[in-house]
Formats: sequence, structure tokens, C-alpha cells
Amino acid sequence: MAALGIAMGGGNWFSALALGVTLLKCLLIPTYHSTDFEVHRNWLAITHSLPVSQWYYEATSEWTLDYPPFFAWFEYALSHVAKYFDQEMLNVRNLNYSSSRTLLFQRFSVIFTDALFVYAVHECCKCIDGKKAGKELTEKPKFILSVLLLWNFGLLIVDHIHFQYNGFLFGLMLLSIARLFQKRHMEGAFLFAVLLHFKHIYLYVAPAYGVYLLRSYCFTANKPDGSIRWNSFSFVRVISLGLIVFLVSALSLGPFLALNQLPQVLSRLFPFKRGLCHAYWAPNFWALYNALDKVLSIIGLELKLLDPNKIPKASMTSGLVQQFQHTVLPSVTPLATLICTLIAILPSVFCLWFKPQGPRGFLRCLILCALSSFLFGWHVHEKAILLAVLPMSLLSVGKAGDASIFLILTTTGHYSLFPLLFTAPELPTKILLMLLFTTYSISSLRTLFRKEKPLFNWLETFYLLGLGPLEVFCEFVFPFTSWKLKYPFIPLLLTSVYCAAGITYAWFKLYVSVLSDPPSSKTKKQ
Amino acid sequence: MFGDYEAQRHWQEITFNLPIKQWYFNSSDNNLQYWGLDYPPLTAYHSLLCAYVAKFINPDWIALHTSRGYESQAHKLFMRTTVLIADLLIYIPAVVLYCCCLKEISTKKKVANALCILLYPGLILIDYGHFQYNSVSLGFALWGVLGVSCDWDLLGSLAFCLAINYKQMELYHSLPFFCFLLGKCFKKGLKGKGFVLLIKLACTVVASFILCWLPFCTEREQTLQVLRRLFPVDRGLFEDKVANIWCSFSIFLKIKDILPHHFQIIISFCFTFLSLLPACVKLTLQPSSKGFRFTLVSCALSFFLFSFQVHEKSILLVSLPVCLVLSEIPFMSTWFLLVSTFSMLPLLLKDELLMPLVVTTIAFFIACATSFSIFEKTSEEELQLKSFSLSVRKYLPCFTFLSRIIQYLFLISVITMVLLTLITVTLDPPQKLPDLFSVLVCFVSCLHFLFFLVYFNIIIMWDSKSGRNQKKIN
Repeated sequence: MAALGIAMGGGNWFSALALGVTLLKCLLIPTYHSTDFEVHRNWLAITHSLPVSQWYYEATSEWTLDYPPFFAWFEYALSHVAKYFDQEMLNVRNLNYSSSRTLLFQRFSVIFTDALFVYAVHECCKCIDGKKAGKELTEKPKFILSVLLLWNFGLLIVDHIHFQYNGFLFGLMLLSIARLFQKRHMEGAFLFAVLLHFKHIYLYVAPAYGVYLLRSYCFTANKPDGSIRWNSFSFVRVISLGLIVFLVSALSLGPFLALNQLPQVLSRLFPFKRGLCHAYWAPNFWALYNALDKVLSIIGLELKLLDPNKIPKASMTSGLVQQFQHTVLPSVTPLATLICTLIAILPSVFCLWFKPQGPRGFLRCLILCALSSFLFGWHVHEKAILLAVLPMSLLSVGKAGDASIFLILTTTGHYSLFPLLFTAPELPTKILLMLLFTTYSISSLRTLFRKEKPLFNWLETFYLLGLGPLEVFCEFVFPFTSWKLKYPFIPLLLTSVYCAAGITYAWFKLYVSVLSDPPSSKTKKQ
Repeated sequence: MFGDYEAQRHWQEITFNLPIKQWYFNSSDNNLQYWGLDYPPLTAYHSLLCAYVAKFINPDWIALHTSRGYESQAHKLFMRTTVLIADLLIYIPAVVLYCCCLKEISTKKKVANALCILLYPGLILIDYGHFQYNSVSLGFALWGVLGVSCDWDLLGSLAFCLAINYKQMELYHSLPFFCFLLGKCFKKGLKGKGFVLLIKLACTVVASFILCWLPFCTEREQTLQVLRRLFPVDRGLFEDKVANIWCSFSIFLKIKDILPHHFQIIISFCFTFLSLLPACVKLTLQPSSKGFRFTLVSCALSFFLFSFQVHEKSILLVSLPVCLVLSEIPFMSTWFLLVSTFSMLPLLLKDELLMPLVVTTIAFFIACATSFSIFEKTSEEELQLKSFSLSVRKYLPCFTFLSRIIQYLFLISVITMVLLTLITVTLDPPQKLPDLFSVLVCFVSCLHFLFFLVYFNIIIMWDSKSGRNQKKIN
């Protein structure tokens, strides 16, 4: 009895946090799930019932396999457990099959694979040093970081309600970051290579990895003033890194290369036929661009500067469509977005090359790459904001400036995920969880940095507080007004534009802080 | 036939569309057989209030006759929100205020205490899963306890009258309130201040009752009809399966069939009052805040075990006072609260609440175990059984194993509950005994409740006087 008491009371707070959030995830099992649920069920069926040669050709369902091969193998492994729950879900022809056992299996698989995420968070906590902390447990940076990552609102609703498998993927990414912090570069590179072959969206942050490993790992020493020492280049390291990447890619794409299916696989992975924006505009730069275009065309129509016959009727009163044709401003092509993204990430990459600041500098470059790609990319999903939010949590417990940027980014980013859960039963859940997370993150970071200047200036405070009235208007007031029938897309438009402003502001602020940081020859221990 | 959800929706329909005189009467518009109103007037007024809000959002929800069985996602959200609002306005502030007023504990422990009380699975599952408004009546009762413990007797009794007028089951708590306040009056002296207090209390109670029953006081027939709906004495000693003495006893001997009806009422009356008499008498003679809370527990438990027409949800009336003593005897309280949730297993399984039940029970157990370090507090003194064991040791010097025995009992109890839950969920009952598992659950819970009844009565009877002597000695 006493031993049990010690185990419980002795306080392994990390296990308590992990267990608590797992219990919460179990409660979210019966909530609404999106079409992603059917997507993954379909992939379970494809990988289980068909031979490998058919995986990337199968098109019975509209949700074709469009993730790299490792994910397909992952679904294959899951399908072997799935057959004990419900054999019927593995039939390719059972479109939209969702028996209660299927639901249970799929939800539990997400909860179970989150174990990797928990492990990665544990490793990340080891990389944070708590010299600033008080003696109180809840004020230690490790504790705050654990809560911010394990109980992250965005991850919870995207993974456990909307349904996706981001948990273990972010686990891989955080683990690779942690390994780089712990100076285990080979492992970090290996983990990232594996991650790329699970979900290719992580290509967004590949430049950060590439430049950092090249600059800080392949060149083993720096000159005293911090610039590069060319003769310290280590061929061994470059070759070993290249070998790792090559072997992982060979393992992943090898079988498909042998079957001559590589073009097909690539066309599935990178479908450029989709539009500039998703059906709901992710809150990025293009959302602002589209909104500006709409506003200008309305003004143009009012002032009779534009000919109403030339404007495509659909774009005026209809919703947010995929193929958006701009009326006033020039149209945007995939190539243009690629160029914008490259221009956006170039300064941070240069910074990483010329002013290396160790793992912390790498992390900032990674976040900037993720954010820039989010802001300027082609057909970006709003869920991609998590790619920037989760690594940013690691920085937020370090410096007050980073904490402020993190809070703006996170709060706005999480709010922009609200349209994903549009059903009535999820309304109290999403509002309550969001309030809980936001209140905790702001109050804990404020307490951590109470000795420094306040985290927000008045403009930022007003902006964040403005999210409340925006939500009230979009969810409670708008449905009862007469505009609902005429302009049903207004809440989405408002959310998208309002959040885009905040995210762009956070990106800008982070860039300024990175570029204006003084270069240091040795990595300072903070 | 739907369930409590439809009953509440139907009451909104009735109270909104019909005049007050017809609410409790059988008519062509108001078929009492179809979820007729059987709670006191305050519930009816609450339903009326909700109906006004419902009318504003969507009148179809409460249209007379045509809205029977209405179910839509928006409506479900509305109904559940009404429970949440009632909770936020009445129950949760009461709990928070109660924990703030606890003496001799740090702020951190107060917060942990409030969290554990609010996490109690039984109330959450019944109110939000099964659908009821227990948080309103329990909240009012808690305000009553707060008021009376902090010497705001009039406000406390007003709050408690509101609780009784919301759900008549709160009468389970009425005797301790009565005895405690009477004891206070006696203490102040019946010739002076005490008498004044007594008169004031009587006036408050009468006034609040009249206020709530005003529309029904005008005609004798109205009042009688409401009373008939509130106390259905035509129904039997018990209904369905409940963890109560009569139901458990009927496994061996079918008393419902053997004894005549009025005799059943008499014996349940006698047993109930005999079992709660000692504690109430002690409370009247020695009124103290601590004694009051423990007497609430034992009275409510006596009523639950021995009374007439008890529902399994009435265990919540016992759980609330036990939550209040969580900080004083954390181990036994946590144990009791787990058993009380377990006793409602058949009901919760019928509502398909297995996953929430498991999750909330685990969360509650871990919260209590870590906040109060319950496994370290199992010594005799911690269990408040020191004076009792001292008295027993006068006759039986070898009676030293009490805490050991209790720890083993706890272990056996938890294993039994987990096993029974697993069996009920996974296996099918045998053909000849289709109710086997529910009966087993009720029987096991009943044994637990009898044990707790004895335990709480021991604490009450052996409390204070010997405790005070001990302190003087030390």
C-alpha cells in the first residue's frame, strides 16, 4: 500500500500529464470526424488487400494514396491489427464504412501512436535548462514546455477530433530536433530522413536541416570571429550524412523504382492541379491577397471602373472556391508561389550559414522556413500552422521575446483551426479547450518572465482580445442575421483574414529578432 | 420511450404551452402517463425559463404535441448547455466557496480539493450523460450547508428550502438540517436568543415554501394533486434494481409479494428512522459543523438503504456530503465515491457511457490519490477511528489490526468492482437469470454501503467528547 502511495504521490509529473491527456483523448473518441477518417480507412484497405504494385494506382475511392511509401507501410502494419477489430473495414469497396469497431480501432491507433510524441517531448524537456526557474514545480520551464506540447490544443483537435496521424510524425520531428540539440547529429539526420518519407510536407523545413548540418556539422570548427573555417571540412561526415539519406530513400522508394512506378508515385505526392487556396482559405498571405482582390473588385464595381460583364460572376457572391480567379490583381501561379517562398526563406538560411548559433539558431531557421512556406505556399492547409507552432514552443520557454511571438502565433493559429470543427456538438468542446490552453499558456509564460518587460504591447493585446468578439459574431450572431443566405462565406473570410494578419505579424517579428541578433562565436548557454 | 432527456424537453413543452393550473393534472393536452411532471414547482419554473430560451431559438422544440421525441444536434446542444449553465451558476460556485472556507489547509490543497469534488464521476455522468439537473438541487443544498456552517442560518435554510422545492429527494438531507438548527437554538438558550432564532427560522421556511407554492396554494385540490405526483405511494417498495436493502433482501425473500402494501411502508419507515436516530440525537445535543456534515452522510445513507421507492441516482444525495468530508478522511471518502459510481453501472451501461465512466473514474481516482496521498493516510488516527479502537481495546486488547483490515478490504473491493465491470461488459448473462449481473452489482454495492453506514455512525458517535479529552491529555 505504501509503495503504491509513493508511486502515486512521489510525483512523476510528466507521467501524470501524459496520462491525463490520454484520458482526455479517450473522451474525444465519439466526436465528429472528417473525411480524413475515410481516407485512412481506405488506405488501410488498399495496403492490406492489394499487392505493393497496385498501391499507387488504386483509384476506386477518390481518396487515393498520396503520402510517401513509409506511411503506406505504416498503414499496412496497422491493418494487421485492424483485422481483429473489424474485417469489413479492409475491403476496398466498402466506401465510407464506419462501424463502431472501426471508429474505436482508428481512434485508438492515433492515441497509441502518440506514445512516440510523448517520448519526443520527454527528450525535448531534457534539452531545456531550468536555471531561471523558481522552486515551484509549475514554474519550471520543463513543466510549462511539457504542458504546451502534450496538451497542445491544435494537435488535440486535428488529431483526435478531425482525425489525422500528426502526433507520431511531430514526435519524429521533435525527436530529431532534440537529437541535434544533444549533438547526436547522425541520429537527427536519420530521423528527419525517415520523417520525410512518412509525410513529404516536412520538405518545407528541409532547407534548415540541410544548411545547419552542412555548416555546423560538416565544418567541424569555426574561426574565432564565428565565420567559416574552410579547411575544417570533414569529408567523412558529409559522406556519412549522404549515405544515411540515400539508404533511407532507397528503402522507401526503392521498390517503386524497381517497378518503374516512380513517376506515378511522384504525381500522387505532388498534385499541382489543385487551386491556390483550399476551400477554406488558410490564413496566409494569399488569403490577404484574395481578400484585397475581392475588396478592390467590389469598390471597382461601385465606382463603375470595372465592367461587370468581364468579371466572372461566381467569384463575387459565392463562397471561397478552390480555383480562384483574381479580377483586379494579377493571378498567381504555382511557380510564383515557389519563388515567393524561396525569397522568404533565403534570409533565414543565409543567417544560419553566416551567423551560426548552434542548435538554437537552427531551430529558429526551421520555424521561419515552416512559417514562410505556410505564408507563401501553394494550396496550403490551415493545419500546416502546427509545423511552426510546435517547434516554437521549445523556444518560448527560453526568452521573453520568443514567448511573446509564440503566444501570438499559437493563439491566432489555433483560432484559425476553428472552421475545421463546424458541427454543433463540438462547439462547447473547442471553445472550452481553446480557452483552457490559451489561458494556461499566457499565464504560465507571463509568470515565467515576470521579471522582464510585459509580453504584449497594447496593439497585440487588443488584437488577441479581438478574437473573442470575432468568434461570438461568427458563431452566434451571424447565423441569425439576414446575410447568412446572401453571403454565407463571410465568417470564413473574416476568420481567415483576421488570423492571416496575426500570423504575418508574428512571422515578421520573428524575422526581425533573428536578423538583429548579434552574431556569437560560441553558443551562449542561456 | 426515450428517457430523462425527453422528459425534460416535454416539461418545457408543458410549462410553456399550458396554464399553471394544468401542469400537474391529467388532461387531453397533458397526458401524465407520458413523462408527467413529478418534481416540485421549482423544477417546473426552471423548465419554463428554459422553454422561453428555446422559443427564441427554435419554437419547434417545444410545440405542443408535435415536438414529442424531437431530437436534433442543435437541440441536444441547447439542452446540454442548459445543464452546463445551471452547473456554472449554482453548483460550481458553491463548491469553490466551500473549499475556500475550509480551515487549516494551504491554498494548493484547497484548489486540489475543489478539483477532486468537481471531478466526481457520478454527478458528471448522470447530469451530462444520462441527463438530469441534479447540480441545481445539490448546489442549493450545498449553499444551505455553507450558510448554516458559517452561522448565516437564515440564508442557509432559505437555500435548503429552495433545494427541497427543486427535488423532493432533498428531504433525505432535511433531518440533519433540522437537528443542527434545533441544536443551535437549544445552545443559545430556549428562553432568549434561541427562541428568537427558532421563530425566525420557522418564518423563513414557511415563507419560502409559500413563495414557491404560491400558484398551487389557492385550491386544496391543486396542493393535493402536486403532493400525489411528488410522493407516489402507490408504487412499490422499490423499482428496478437499486443498491438498497430491500432490493438485495428480495434476492433471498420476495418481500414485495409477501407483505401487504401499507406494512411495507411502515417497516421501511421504522428501519430508516431507527438507523438515523442516534446520529440525529447526538447532533441536536452537540451541534458542531463537523458533526453536521457527518450526520448528513449517515442520514442520507440510511434513507437510501431503507427508504421507500429509492432510485439508484439517489446515491448522489449521499455522495455530496461525502465530497464535503473529503479533506478530513480522504481514503474512506474516495473509496465511497468510487463505490457510489460503480453502483450506477447498470444504468450507465444502458446509456452507453462505458468509456466516459472508465475515463472519469480513473481521472478522479488519480486526482484524489495524488492530491491527498490517500494511501499514506490509513492509520487509525487518520481514519478517525482512534477513539473507537481505544474503547474496543478495553475489552479486546488484541484489536490492533483495524487499519490493516481496512486496507485489505479496500483492495478486495476494488478488485471485485473491476472484475464485475469487466464481466458485465464482456459476457452475456445466462438465459435463466437475465438480470444476474445487475443484481450482483447492486448486492455488492449494498454490502459496501452497509459497511460505510456502520463506519460513519461510529465516527459520529465516538467523536468530539473523547477527542476533546484526548487533546486535553496531550
